[in-house]
Amino acid sequence: MTNAVEIRGLRKSFSDLEVLKGIDLDVAEGEAVVLLGSSGSGKSTLLRCINFMEEPTAGQIRLNGDLIGTEQGGRMRYHEADLCKLRTRIGMVFQHFNLFPHMTVLENVMEGQTIVLGRSKAEAKDKAMTQLLRVGLEMKAEEYPARLSGGQKQRVAIARALAMDPEVMLFDEVTSALDPELVGEVLKTMLQLAEDGMTMVCVTHEIGFAYHVANKVCFLHDGLILEQGAPQFVLQTPETQRVRDFLAGHSLFKLPN
Amino acid sequence: MVVEIVRERLLYEWDFVATLADMDLLLLGLWNTIQVFFLALVFGVPLGLGLALGRMSRILVLSQLCSFIIEFFRTTPPLVQLFWFFFALPILISVQMTPFVASVLTFSIQSSAFFAEIFRGGINSIDKGQWEAAKAIGMTRKSSLTRIILPQAVKRMIPAFAERSIELLKTTTLISTVSYADLMFQANELASKNFRPLEVYTVVAIMYFFLILTFSQLTIRLEYRLAKTGEGTLR
Ligand SMILES: Nc1ncnc2c1ncn2[C@@H]1O[C@H](COP(=O)(O)OP(=O)(O)OP(=O)(O)O)[C@@H](O)[C@H]1O
Ligand SMILES: [Mg+2]
Repeated sequence: MTNAVEIRGLRKSFSDLEVLKGIDLDVAEGEAVVLLGSSGSGKSTLLRCINFMEEPTAGQIRLNGDLIGTEQGGRMRYHEADLCKLRTRIGMVFQHFNLFPHMTVLENVMEGQTIVLGRSKAEAKDKAMTQLLRVGLEMKAEEYPARLSGGQKQRVAIARALAMDPEVMLFDEVTSALDPELVGEVLKTMLQLAEDGMTMVCVTHEIGFAYHVANKVCFLHDGLILEQGAPQFVLQTPETQRVRDFLAGHSLFKLPN
Repeated sequence: MVVEIVRERLLYEWDFVATLADMDLLLLGLWNTIQVFFLALVFGVPLGLGLALGRMSRILVLSQLCSFIIEFFRTTPPLVQLFWFFFALPILISVQMTPFVASVLTFSIQSSAFFAEIFRGGINSIDKGQWEAAKAIGMTRKSSLTRIILPQAVKRMIPAFAERSIELLKTTTLISTVSYADLMFQANELASKNFRPLEVYTVVAIMYFFLILTFSQLTIRLEYRLAKTGEGTLR
């Protein structure tokens, strides 16, 4: 079986700062992978390389078997048009939602479908409503984003990405900007997606979510994957002190059971 | 002595009859002013957008060229520009400029330099996340700009745009110096004909006042209308 995402030898530098130093990662179809790591370890950069929001400096990425870019003289070359097409196959959700404030919720979810995929208005509207229903916001279709709560905005952002029928969904700390009481509704939506068999790569600090939802947890440190495996192993019996310290920091103030 | 002068001033007898009798001259001037103003906007706004995009381009040569054009036209006096286009350019390209063409040309380019900076400010004021979200759903840079960034930026630009346009409208009085029959030119002509400069310029001031008032009311209405949909500068 081919992997949904296959990353080999991925490196990324910003001028002379090397952020990713050779990442190998497989994401099987229908799998939910959670990336953990301290701030600045390169989680966002890795995620953004998968849909080429950032162009890798070296290495190869395959999406459902398709090698992205063309090899030329030992280096990968990317054409913007190909990358645009690729991005339609990968959904991305951001920490700060980034909804289009001048469009209604429905228009937000239709925009990519009509402008990028060239779907008819009717078809796009149909698909948009289906996805809004899925995230439980069909009644907000005619509202402008400014009138939604943070949790609702984030669910619209998820619907907007889903409406493109992506093969993989990327989530970058999508609950970090939310008030604590709104985190649950977004995590529940993501859990639902995982249960529906969506292939997902999530950066999150919600260790509980990682434990219960992820098929695989990867711990990034200093541009490399330090540990990876099933959440039970990585989160409960980590091999390295680094991961133990990280997890200890995250459960410092846990309620007694 | 001082008292004498003051009394004389106070005793000035206003007489609008002669001026109002030649109102058609002033109205023609007003119409000519509006034409130059309107055309300067029609050419200046898109040209300004082009210059702004050029200045923000990653192509260094293009960016520097556009920066230079913008700064040049922002920092030289409009009257000098007008004279240059009217008197100097025809020598270089050996084409006779009519005052009308020279005026439209000057004020299109001159105002485009200012509009470019307004566009640039507006576009830069939009959160980077908007570009990212557009890119992430596969939009090209061009459709991101036209569908996502500009519609939001334009709303924020309206007050600055209106301010600049009003400035432009007032600056068009300079075109009377190249004998284009704008409102100012017609006023000068009429005043030297009927020897009633006080009345003539009073009427002309009122005409400019109402022209600009109408224009600024239109922009405020536009701003309100846009503010209704989502984010705007007014609520
Ligand atoms: N566009 C960029 N230009 C230069 N440096 C960058 C850029 N993006 C990220 N970096 C740097 O790369 C490093 C890794 O950043 P990244 O955002 O991937 O970390 P992260 O693991 O997501 O951290 P956080 O948990 O704070 O989000 C940081 O040192 C950051 O400053
Ligand atoms: Mg990050």
